Amino acid sequence: MGARYFGASVLRAEDESLLTGHGAYVDDITRPGMLHAAFVRAEHAHALIGGIGTGAAEKLAGVACVLTNDTLPADLRDKRMAQPYPAPMLKQGICAHVLAAGEVNHVGQTVAMVVATSRHVAEDAAALVEVDYEPLDAVVDCRTAYGQGAPLVHQGAPDNVAATLRANFGAIDQAFAEAAHVVRTSDHHHRGGCHAMETRGAIGEDDPARGEATLWSSTQCPYLVRRLVARHLGIPESSLRVIAPDVGGGFGPKAGVYPEEVMVVVAARMLGRPVKWIEDRREHFTATQTQRDQFWDLEAAVAADGRVLGVRGTIIHDNGAFVPYGLLLPFTTLGPLPGPYAIPNLDVTLEAVFTNTTPNSPVRGAGRPNAAYAMERVMAAVARELKLDPADVRRRNFVPRDAFPYATGARNRAGLPVTYDSGDYHGCLEKAVALADYESFPRRQAEAREEGRFLGIGISACVEDTGIGPYEGATVRVDASGKVMVETGAAGQGQGHKTVLKQIVADALGVAFEDVRVEAGDTGRFAQGVGAIGSRTAVTVGSSAHRAASEVAATALSLAAEILELPEAGLELAGGAVRGKGDHNVFITLGDLAQRLAPMAGGAVPKGFNASLEATAYATAAGQPYASGTNIAEVEVDIATGEVRVLRYSVAHDCGNMINPLIVDGQITGGVIHGIGNALYEEMVYDPSGQPLTTNYGEYLLPLSSEMPRVDIVHQETPSPLNPLGIKGAGEGGTIPATAAIVAAIENALTPFGVVVDRYPVTPERLCALIDAGAS
Amino acid sequence: MSEKHIITLTVNGVTHTAEAEPRMHLGDFLRLELALTGTHLGCEHGVCGACTVLVGGEAVRSCLMLAVQADGARVTTIEGIAAADGSLHPLQAAFHAHHGLQCGFCTPGMIMSLAAYLRDHPGAGEAELRDALSGNICRCTGYQAIIESGLAAARAMGGKAD
Amino acid sequence: MKAAPFSYHAPSSVDEAVGLLGRLEDAKILAGGQSLVPMMNMRFVQPSHLIDINGLDELAAISRADGAVGIGAMTRQAALMQSDVIARDLPVMADALVHVGHFQTRNRGTIGGSLCHLDPAAELAAVAALYDAEITVAGGGGTRVVPFAEWPLGYMMPSLAPEELATEITFPLWPAAPGHAFVEFSRRHGDFAIVAVGCLMVVDAAGAISRVAIAVAGADQVVRRLAGVEAALVGETADAGTFAEASRLAGEMNAMDDAHVSAGYRQRLARVLTERALGEAARRAGAGARI
Repeated sequence: MGARYFGASVLRAEDESLLTGHGAYVDDITRPGMLHAAFVRAEHAHALIGGIGTGAAEKLAGVACVLTNDTLPADLRDKRMAQPYPAPMLKQGICAHVLAAGEVNHVGQTVAMVVATSRHVAEDAAALVEVDYEPLDAVVDCRTAYGQGAPLVHQGAPDNVAATLRANFGAIDQAFAEAAHVVRTSDHHHRGGCHAMETRGAIGEDDPARGEATLWSSTQCPYLVRRLVARHLGIPESSLRVIAPDVGGGFGPKAGVYPEEVMVVVAARMLGRPVKWIEDRREHFTATQTQRDQFWDLEAAVAADGRVLGVRGTIIHDNGAFVPYGLLLPFTTLGPLPGPYAIPNLDVTLEAVFTNTTPNSPVRGAGRPNAAYAMERVMAAVARELKLDPADVRRRNFVPRDAFPYATGARNRAGLPVTYDSGDYHGCLEKAVALADYESFPRRQAEAREEGRFLGIGISACVEDTGIGPYEGATVRVDASGKVMVETGAAGQGQGHKTVLKQIVADALGVAFEDVRVEAGDTGRFAQGVGAIGSRTAVTVGSSAHRAASEVAATALSLAAEILELPEAGLELAGGAVRGKGDHNVFITLGDLAQRLAPMAGGAVPKGFNASLEATAYATAAGQPYASGTNIAEVEVDIATGEVRVLRYSVAHDCGNMINPLIVDGQITGGVIHGIGNALYEEMVYDPSGQPLTTNYGEYLLPLSSEMPRVDIVHQETPSPLNPLGIKGAGEGGTIPATAAIVAAIENALTPFGVVVDRYPVTPERLCALIDAGAS
Repeated sequence: MSEKHIITLTVNGVTHTAEAEPRMHLGDFLRLELALTGTHLGCEHGVCGACTVLVGGEAVRSCLMLAVQADGARVTTIEGIAAADGSLHPLQAAFHAHHGLQCGFCTPGMIMSLAAYLRDHPGAGEAELRDALSGNICRCTGYQAIIESGLAAARAMGGKAD
Repeated sequence: MKAAPFSYHAPSSVDEAVGLLGRLEDAKILAGGQSLVPMMNMRFVQPSHLIDINGLDELAAISRADGAVGIGAMTRQAALMQSDVIARDLPVMADALVHVGHFQTRNRGTIGGSLCHLDPAAELAAVAALYDAEITVAGGGGTRVVPFAEWPLGYMMPSLAPEELATEITFPLWPAAPGHAFVEFSRRHGDFAIVAVGCLMVVDAAGAISRVAIAVAGADQVVRRLAGVEAALVGETADAGTFAEASRLAGEMNAMDDAHVSAGYRQRLARVLTERALGEAARRAGAGARI
C-alpha cells in the first residue's frame, strides 16, 4: 500500500458536475406532483397571537392548504421541537413550536405554512393570511435581558437565563495574589450570520405504500435531522430517509434541525404530494440560526515578565429566543480557554441569556473565535501595558513544544481532562513571523508615518479542537468489477470530503483514484452518522475509511495468498490487484477476489472468510486532535475616514498530516476572509423593539473580492497521535484567529492615538470616534 | 391580471417557445420552464451575482430581468459554455485546476461573469479582476483561488495578464 | 422573494408609452430594472402595470451639439462608460460610473432610470447636478424641460408626474473644459456611496479659481450643490489652505441620520471628500493651479 495520493494536491472529484451546471442542490430537485411552500413569519419580536385568518389565502387559486398550529393533526398540535442536545446545566432548553402556538418570540418565527402550485402563488397566499398580534415587550440586548426587571423573552418563564456555565481550574485567587500586574479587557463580540450562498431548503415526500417518507434537506447533519424529525412525527427512524444532496455551503447553521424540515414532511403526508420549501434570502436573515453578541469582561493576573498566571471574568452570551442547538455555542466558547497558552489558573463564567431575536447557533468556528479573541485581547493588553513586543508575549506564554501531550487543567463535557495531543506553537509563530516580514515592519511603519499614512501589524494565535466524536463511519467495498465503493453518512457542503476519502482509500487498496466512488449524506445508504461540524469530518470519516480500507486490504492479501499459494509477506496491493512483490506477473485482481467472496447459487465462500470483500468501521478516537496556528495581519487605516484596508495576511497553520494541501489552503483562505468579514463588516442589527434592520445584502455586508487580501500560508505538520493518519481538522482554523489579528493591527496602526478597540465589527464611523477621542 | 405571454428565446443555441407570467424573472424561467438548473438564485435582489447569465453576450443578473424581456434574445448559461464535444471552457478548466470552487453555488455566476469580462478585458490583472468580481459573492473560498482561476483562464484564452 | 402579479406592456414608441402612462392606474416604468425589480421581488412596490420601455431604441443615443451633450434616458451605464463622447466631454461622468454598481448592473442600468429613481447617493445625479443638466420630460400635453436644480422635490421624488416619462438629459458643457474629480466613499467597491463628491473647476493663469461646482451625493436626502462653498471659492487661490477652509464649510452641510450611518459621520465625509475632490480637480485644471 503506497501513499501516492495522501498528501498530494489531488484535483477534486466534486468539480465536474458543479462546473458544468449539473449540480443537484435541493432546489434543483423536482419530484412528480410537487407543490411549493411559503411560510408566514412573525412580524413582531414578541407578541401573543389572537387568531389567524386563513380564509382568503385558502380561496386563492392554486392553494392546496394553509396550516397553522390549530389546524395541525392532534398529535402535532402544540408540540415543541425536541431539544437536540440536552445537558444538565441547560436550565431552560426551550425550542420553538413548528408553527407558533399562541406566542411568537422573534421576528421570522414560523406562524403558518401555505402550500400551492408555485412559490409565486404560495407567497401571494401568504400575504393574505391575517394574523392578529398583541405585541408584548421585547428585549434585544442580552445585558438588559439578564438584568433585574427585564421583560421576559418567554411569557411565564422564571427568567431569561437559559444556562450558566463555568470553566475553572487551578487556584485563581492565588494567581491574583501573586500577580505583579493585573490587566483588564472589556470586549463586545459580534459574529454574524451563516450566509452560505445557497439558502436552506427541504423537500418532503411520503410513500405510504412502502411506509417510508423521504426528506431532502440542505443539511450538514442528515442523521440528526432524521432522529429529531422522526421523533417529532412519532415514526421510527427507519421510516424516514434523509438525503443531503449537493449543499451550497453550511458553516454551522445548516447543522440545526428546523421547523420547516418537519413541516414539509407533515404537509407531504397530509396532501399526498411532495412539498418543497426553499428559503429566500430575506427569510435567511431571521429564519436561519446565526451567532450574535457576547460581552466579555476579563482580568488577567500577570507576572513581571509578562507570563499570564490566571484569567477570570464573565461573559454575557446572547442566546436568541430558542435553544435549537443546545449549548454547543456556549460550550465551544468556554472550552477552548485558555487557548495555546500555558495558563494554570482560570475562572470564567458564561451566562447564556434569551433575547427576542433569531436563535443563535455556531457559525464557522462556533465559540472558538470568541475564545481566541478574548485570549488575544488579554495578550494584547499585556503587550501594551508592559510595553512588550506582542510576539514576545506569545513566546513567553505558549505551551512549550516539549510539553505535549499537554493537559490544560480543564475538563471537557464528559469530565475528562482536556489534552492537547501534539503541537509546536512556537514553531508556527516563527514561521508566521518570517512569512509576514514581521521583524522589518517597524521600519515600514515609520516610513509610512512620514508620508502621513498609518500602517499597523497584528498577531493572533489559536488552537482548535477538531474531530469531535463520537464517530463518522464508512463502508469500503470492492465489487466484481474491481471498482471500489465507499459509503458514509458524512455530508459535504464544499469541503471536498469525497476527494479526500478517495485519496485515503485508493492508497490503502492500491487502486487508482478514479476507481473509487463515494456516496455520502444519505441515511438510506449508510446506517448511522453525526454530521459535518467543528472541523471533524476528515478526521472522523478519514479514520473510519482508512480502517475499513485497511481491513479490506488485509482480507484481500489473505485470500490472495491462499489462492496464489504464496506467503502474504511476499505480496502487495497495487494496480487494482494483489501481486507478487518481486514478480508482478503473479497476481489476482481485486475484482476476482471480490467475486470469490460473493458467489451465486451453488457456490461457496472460501472457508475462514466472510462474504463480500468489504468492511465497515466507525472509528472512535481516544481524544480530539488539536490544530493550531498563528495569523499576522497588516493593515492601513485612513484616519480621515476610518477606513481599514487589509494589505497583507500571513498564516502559519498546523493541522497535522495534510491529506490534500490544496483543499486545506482553500479552507484556511475562506476561513480567514470570513474572520476579516466579522472584524470589519458583518453586523446583524436589531432596533430596540426587536425589528431586524439588516435584512438584505445592501445593509448586511459580506466581504467581497475587491477589499480582501491575498492570504499567504505556510504549513507546519505536527501529526496527531490520536488517529492512524495523524490528521487534524482544518475547516475553521482560518476563521478562529482572524478577527483578533485585524483588531490588533488596527490598534497598532493607531498607537499615536492610543486607540483600544472594544467592539467589532470595526466600522469606519466607530473607528473615527475612537481616533477623535484619542486625538483630543 | 397577469396573463401569460408567449416568448421565444434561444438558450445555449437551442430555440425555445414557452409561456411566461410577466412577473417570472429570467432566472426562474431558465430553472423552472427549461430545467436549466445550473443558474442559481442566491439573493433575488441583484447583489450576490450567483444568477449571472449572458443575454446578447452581456453579463446580466437573471433575477433582475423578466423572462418576457428576453423574448427574442440569445441567452448563454453555464450549461452552454463547454465545447460541443464536451471539452471544458478554459474557465471551467482553470477553476478545476486552481480549486476555484468549493460548494459550487456561486460558481456558475462567477464563470459567466468572467467569461464576459475577460472577453472584453483580456489583459486584466489581479487588482482589476478583484474589482470586476465585486458583484459576485463567495462565502467559501475567500476569493483568492477564484482570482487565480480567472487569471489562468485569461492566459489560456490569449490574454496577457500578469 | 417573488414579485406580486402585474400586467406587462411593451410600447414601441414614446407616444405609446406616454399614452399608456396616461391611461393606466398604478403603473410604473421599467427601464434597466436594477433598482425597481429588487423592490418588486421583495414586494416593497407592487404596481398593477409595468410599462417596459427597453424597446424604445430612440431613447438610447448620445449626441453632441450646440455646446451640450445629449443623452437619451435609456442609454445604458455601460454604453456611457464606453463612449468616446463622454470620455472626452464629460470625463467626470466616466469617473463616476466606475462607482455605479457592478459591470453586470451597468449592462442594464440606465441614466434615466437612475435620475428618476433618485437615490440620495446616486452618482449620476451628482454629475447632473454639477452640470445643471436639463431633463426633457414627455407627457400627455407635450414635453417640458426641467433644470436639474428643480428636479429633486424630496427624498427619491423627482419632479415627474405619474403620466410623464423622462426622455433625454442634456449636459451643457463649460466654455473652458474644467478640471474634474469624483471622489466616493463606500464600504466596498460598487456599494452605494455613503458620500460622494463631484467637482468641476477652472483655474485662471494667476492660479485663482474662476469657476467651480461641487455636488455632494449621499449626505442629504437629495443631491446637493454646495452653492455657498462655491461662492466662497471663486476668486480664491487654488491651494491647500483654500481647500481646507472650503471643505470645513462643506462639513457643515445638512446630512441625514439612518440606522447604519449618522449625520455627523456623513458631514465628516463631506468635508474630507470635498477637500480631496477640490485638490484633484485643481490638479487636473492645470495652468496656474498650485497643487
